[in-house]
Amino acid sequence: MRTPLSLTDAVTRVDGPLLFAHRRVDVGLNEAVEVSGPDGQPRLGRIAALDQDFMTVEILESGTGLGLRGTRIRFLGEPISFSLGPGILGRVFDGVGRVTDGGPPIPACSRMAVDGAILNPMRRKKPADFIETGISSIDLLNSLVRGQKLPIFSGGGLPHNRLAIEIALHARLLNSADSATPFAIVFAGIGVPFETAEFFRRTLEESGALGRTALFLNLASDSSTQRLLAPRFALTAAEYLAFVEGRHVLVIMTDFTNYCEALREVSASHGEIPGRKGYPGYMYSDLATLYERAGSLQDKPGTLTQLPILTMPSDDISHPIPDLTGYITEGQITLNRSLDREGIYPPVGLLPSLSRLMKDGIGAGFTHADHPALANQLYASYARATQVRLLANVVGSDGLTPEDRCMLRFGQQFETQFIHQERPRSLEESMAVGWALLRQLPLTELSRLSDAQIAAYRVADAESA
Amino acid sequence: MSEATIRWISGPVLRAISHDDFYMHEAVLVGERGLQGEVVRLQADPPSGGQELTVQVFEETTGLRPGDRLRGEGHALSVRLGPGLLGHIFDGLLRPLAGGAERDFLTPGQSTRDKPLHPFQPLVAQGRILKGGEPFGAAQERSVTADGPDAVRVGQYCLVPPAWCGEVVWIAPAGHYDETTPLCILRDGTGQERSVAMSHTWPVRVPRPVAERLASGPPLLTGQRILDCLFPVARGGKATVPGGFGTGKTVLLETIAKWCNADVIVYLGCGERGNEMAGVLDEFPHLEDPRSGRPLMERMVIIANTSNMPVAAREASIYTGVTVAEYFRDQGLHVAVMADSTSRWAEALREVSGRLGELPGEGGYPAYLSTRLADFYERAARVQTLAGKGGSVTIIGAVSPPSSDFSEPVTTHTKRYVRNFWALDRKRAHARFYPAVDPLTSYSEDADLLASWWHARGNPNWGKQRRRFLTILEEQARLERMAMILGKEAMPPRQQLTLLVAGLLNEAFLRQSAFASKDRSASPQKQNRMMGLLDRFMELAEQAMANGMTVEQIQGLPILRRLQRMGEEIGDDELALFTPLEESMEKALSLP
Repeated sequence: MRTPLSLTDAVTRVDGPLLFAHRRVDVGLNEAVEVSGPDGQPRLGRIAALDQDFMTVEILESGTGLGLRGTRIRFLGEPISFSLGPGILGRVFDGVGRVTDGGPPIPACSRMAVDGAILNPMRRKKPADFIETGISSIDLLNSLVRGQKLPIFSGGGLPHNRLAIEIALHARLLNSADSATPFAIVFAGIGVPFETAEFFRRTLEESGALGRTALFLNLASDSSTQRLLAPRFALTAAEYLAFVEGRHVLVIMTDFTNYCEALREVSASHGEIPGRKGYPGYMYSDLATLYERAGSLQDKPGTLTQLPILTMPSDDISHPIPDLTGYITEGQITLNRSLDREGIYPPVGLLPSLSRLMKDGIGAGFTHADHPALANQLYASYARATQVRLLANVVGSDGLTPEDRCMLRFGQQFETQFIHQERPRSLEESMAVGWALLRQLPLTELSRLSDAQIAAYRVADAESA
Repeated sequence: MSEATIRWISGPVLRAISHDDFYMHEAVLVGERGLQGEVVRLQADPPSGGQELTVQVFEETTGLRPGDRLRGEGHALSVRLGPGLLGHIFDGLLRPLAGGAERDFLTPGQSTRDKPLHPFQPLVAQGRILKGGEPFGAAQERSVTADGPDAVRVGQYCLVPPAWCGEVVWIAPAGHYDETTPLCILRDGTGQERSVAMSHTWPVRVPRPVAERLASGPPLLTGQRILDCLFPVARGGKATVPGGFGTGKTVLLETIAKWCNADVIVYLGCGERGNEMAGVLDEFPHLEDPRSGRPLMERMVIIANTSNMPVAAREASIYTGVTVAEYFRDQGLHVAVMADSTSRWAEALREVSGRLGELPGEGGYPAYLSTRLADFYERAARVQTLAGKGGSVTIIGAVSPPSSDFSEPVTTHTKRYVRNFWALDRKRAHARFYPAVDPLTSYSEDADLLASWWHARGNPNWGKQRRRFLTILEEQARLERMAMILGKEAMPPRQQLTLLVAGLLNEAFLRQSAFASKDRSASPQKQNRMMGLLDRFMELAEQAMANGMTVEQIQGLPILRRLQRMGEEIGDDELALFTPLEESMEKALSLP
């Protein structure tokens, strides 16, 4: 039985995003279809279930205007795929990979399934190339390495977009032959308002980086089923750039909260049993199929680094969306609202932030031999300062011991002098600020530093004085 | 061979019609690509006069269609156990992941298993009667030097499958063979002859038989002070590590895998990160096993089912892992299984259950979650093997509770079956205090059992000291709550001293850097010295205070910093350095 190109008048039922039709053709599970109604408008869909007589088609765009009669289903004979070729950089696409900047179509040389293939863990290269982002709280304390997926956990109204774009524009490698080559940027706007999309486009344009960026925009007004495809198309493009063209790619995806909402909506319309807060039980696996597409391969030059952004509903880090994300990604950068209110930029809430791959990309031979110990000590001291602050809030600073008062002062200065920064800092500059702040602490508070390290920075202190 | 025709398919579940006989949990191969699957439900189908089977497929089903055929394999889902497991990485169905650039991306249906040759040495002669589980030969993976203490390296015996026995009527001469070549023919009491190869298959959901289960034995030393001294686990025991994201579960499990005194480690990456697996593969071959001096990788079997791999295979991977562990146990070895993370396995169970339309229980998990968890953890044991040797399987399972809520079903059910509970604390992790095991909510039911082991090995006060440390840490939590109301200044000096001592205990003993070369693992002797030293410090500090020293003075003693850093500064081979440290401590605190 050869696959006929299309089928008309086979539809028996349309129910939300699902369309049921007689299975008069030979078609495989998950294959792509185009459904067009009497209006002639093609809508992307895929085969969700099959039995002997019927097939279930999931329509990935609006089903408005479809009828039982006059609806034509065209079978593409392959899973949903994306035609890619050189020249995708500098272009703007919609959430399903159609060019929307008015330019010519992309000359395709490679056709890739948007669901991606599974990177063989055995063939992965361990990510270990330190990326300098210019942000002290990331570079020194939560270092990003090439091939990592490090999300930004933010909240409504916090400057996550600004932070993401600054990282993308400043990101460079330290001590490496290809440190001069800037990252190619793939930006996926998932259900974002027009203003956000425009902010990214404009900033990239003004900085001259638009030429090395591919933009995928699924606006808030676009269909929610399509929203599930936007990151898949963007990541497929990124994989093409990384593993076919051999570039270093940084993928920014915002906002994953919209993605998960769409997932919940679509799952509900399929009549699936809801899990926590109504999100489907497979949300972990679904998110993993996206996040796990970051990485790099042995003997291949390209890398794919992800910087997804999500806004935590009511700033709640235990909400299923940040919770499941945190279990998949290699750490997280958390933005803090009270720091933001105090005018600290970037308002990185350090305690819940983490970079799991940091240990592989820092220290002797990578950044600086004392980097790990310094980061460790700053974290320990800041955590202690935060604890003292809690205590001081209740008993007042009079009830504190002298050491505690010292920690309190350290905590404040750490926020205003280290976390806060007016301009990008190099790693050396960040480290210098860190060392300077530690000088005011008594020796018993510096248990994470070796005697040699303490001697070295005390000497430096004396020399500069 | 039984065959069936697919009639309905959705995601990883399909239904097929057959006139042949299929059995529950029978392994099947689906479609032209031979995707692996398992029968999960059988039902008569009157219209066709045959039976309808429901199958869960362990691989991506894209492209399958009604009308495709599937074949029954005639046995339950099984894995092949033999030489060639150690030092390698496999997927959840024990298919090797190795390969060149052509395997950068995994495609479904690949079941190419290259057949490397392994050297074989017969250990028995013709006429010998062999029982199930007894070795008939040795397989040596690597060339063995004449003076090597390990003439047969770990895990390289060829075993008679447990259910078989008989007289050896033929055995192959020494040589190189692949693992499926028949090397020995056994004739059993009925005269039936069967041939045995280096490897044999075993159904993953069935525990391998043993001669006798024994009480859990000496401790599984992890090299981590907070575990070995405060919450020890016995060989053949079971422990769980629950913790929210970022609390250091994976690092802790990896650290245990590196330094614990098991002979074989089965590391089960179940629904976890691909890059972490890459990290393990990158790091372990370069680390040396402190006991054998060989690369650590040689005692590892890694089973990687990363989070983006098909979900049904994740469900099977945990059984695959424990079956491999039992196979090595049956060779008379001590095996530790690290399962990271059992929550992802439970979620896979939930997802498949949902697709089968089963009634959901608590948290959407199927009602049999608890039974399945029990089945898994009960496979941990210290045993006498069929061949009469001693061996053990210790299971350490991570749990990833949603929102760090330990009252969720997977954590609570797991708690019912494990004896050791190592709860990870988010606050400690935030301060980069690792291992972030919370001494207040964790517990060890093996501790009393293991006290005598420590008592016999240089520390007769182990039980007392352990109890004392735990009491002080408990006291610290209480006093800190009080300090929130009173302020620390207003507290009596004795209580301030308790806080100081507890702080020191945390910083000097419980915190341990997984990345500092001297601190990443501590020998029992070093742990004893440190424990004794801190115990003595408590006594001395109390005496000093009775003699009129103030808390501020004690706080200001330079010796405190030496104590805080002793873990990182004194290596396992420099234990003599503890003596001068103790002397200067005595001196510092005995001043008038």
